[in-house]
Amino acid sequence: MSEQSEFDAYLSLGEVTEDDHRWAFGTGFADPLAGIDAAVPADVDPGDLAATCLALGDDALIYSHRLQQWVTRAPELEEETALANVALDLLGQARLLLTRAGQAEGAVAGEQGRDEDQLAFFRGEGEFRNVRLVERADADFAELVVRLLVFSAWRLELMGSLTGDADPVLAAIAAKAVKELTYHRDYAAAWVVRLGDGTDYSRAKAQAALDTLWPLAAELGLDGAADAHLGAVFAEATLTRPTAPRLAPVAGKTGRDGTHTEAMGYILAELQSVARAHPDATW
Amino acid sequence: MVSAWESAASVPDPELPAVTIADLGILRDVREENGAVTVTITPTYSGCPAMAQIAADLRHRLVDAGYDRVDIRTELSPAWTTDWISPDGRRKLAEAGIAPPRAAGPVSVTLTCRPPVRCPRCGSAGTRELSRFSGTACKALRQCQACLEPFEHVKEH
Repeated sequence: MSEQSEFDAYLSLGEVTEDDHRWAFGTGFADPLAGIDAAVPADVDPGDLAATCLALGDDALIYSHRLQQWVTRAPELEEETALANVALDLLGQARLLLTRAGQAEGAVAGEQGRDEDQLAFFRGEGEFRNVRLVERADADFAELVVRLLVFSAWRLELMGSLTGDADPVLAAIAAKAVKELTYHRDYAAAWVVRLGDGTDYSRAKAQAALDTLWPLAAELGLDGAADAHLGAVFAEATLTRPTAPRLAPVAGKTGRDGTHTEAMGYILAELQSVARAHPDATW
Repeated sequence: MVSAWESAASVPDPELPAVTIADLGILRDVREENGAVTVTITPTYSGCPAMAQIAADLRHRLVDAGYDRVDIRTELSPAWTTDWISPDGRRKLAEAGIAPPRAAGPVSVTLTCRPPVRCPRCGSAGTRELSRFSGTACKALRQCQACLEPFEHVKEH
């Protein structure tokens, strides 16, 4: 292999040419759907497609951000690496889904839709469509693994059902996500069993985490395989499925309608404030 | 002049430099038409941060080989699987101290009847998982119980 090209390549990421100014914050300079046909098939309603991709993209973006907050704070290096990897997979799913949402939005309007960066950094809280479960800050490691289990089991089933979607781009994103989520779910389930079927102390922590999160899980509409999987893991972990009522909607609205919990504003402040303060910064 | 396929296929993976993107099955297609080259690549994981690097490496390699017009495309479907890693790629991984994936993609942890992951250094089948994740999205961390060396394993995907 030629030595010359090997090194230039790393430098090339920072090369600036006249048409190559990159916005300082996002990743939009490298379109994750580059070269994939952006057209929305005739039998797909672009408005519905945009809404589906936006909701699933927001779930992944916000939850990825919460998981990233464990980096440098996890109890062991191996778990920190695991959580960073899960967060990275979800961020990848978010990029693909938000990009597709922007394309579909463009098809509705008959003009260019927003790109992934515009959607991630320049929407207000009421425009985000993620479920409220992903917003909460984890109080401890038990909450972290219980929520990761519930989220992954639910999203795995959802993505599984979308692998046959009429939109080929969404179907392809879902097929990829299924493999990743299967791995995330297994990782979380192993920890839930270890804590639940562990010492009295770890069991109490795991049950408390499940009791705390359950009202938020109702918004997911868990049923079928996802619910059965959770039941099996709870049984193995000797945890009791809570009977707590669901977290009430606000004026009939939940996360999917853009109504969020108090935690959401803090996440967006961290995620967006620097980009919004310097919206024209390039490198 | 080296063919466009050969140039593209010689690009090493940025995270696993012992193997090329062709060995890993990331390189899907190279088409040459009237001097313009269209390269199709596929991400291993949705969030693989090496994709931008791979695209930049490909562009440079092809421009160095005399192809001025290079278009790099992504393809998501069918999703990448470790089953696409070539026999040559598996051998090179093992030689670099990284245990190659076992055949047949991801399997849920509840199934235990799989061949063991062998230590890439001493060949022992007695190895254990230290972490289901490692330094990159595509690897897990294991340790050999015979020679005690920790090593990375390209996890089945």
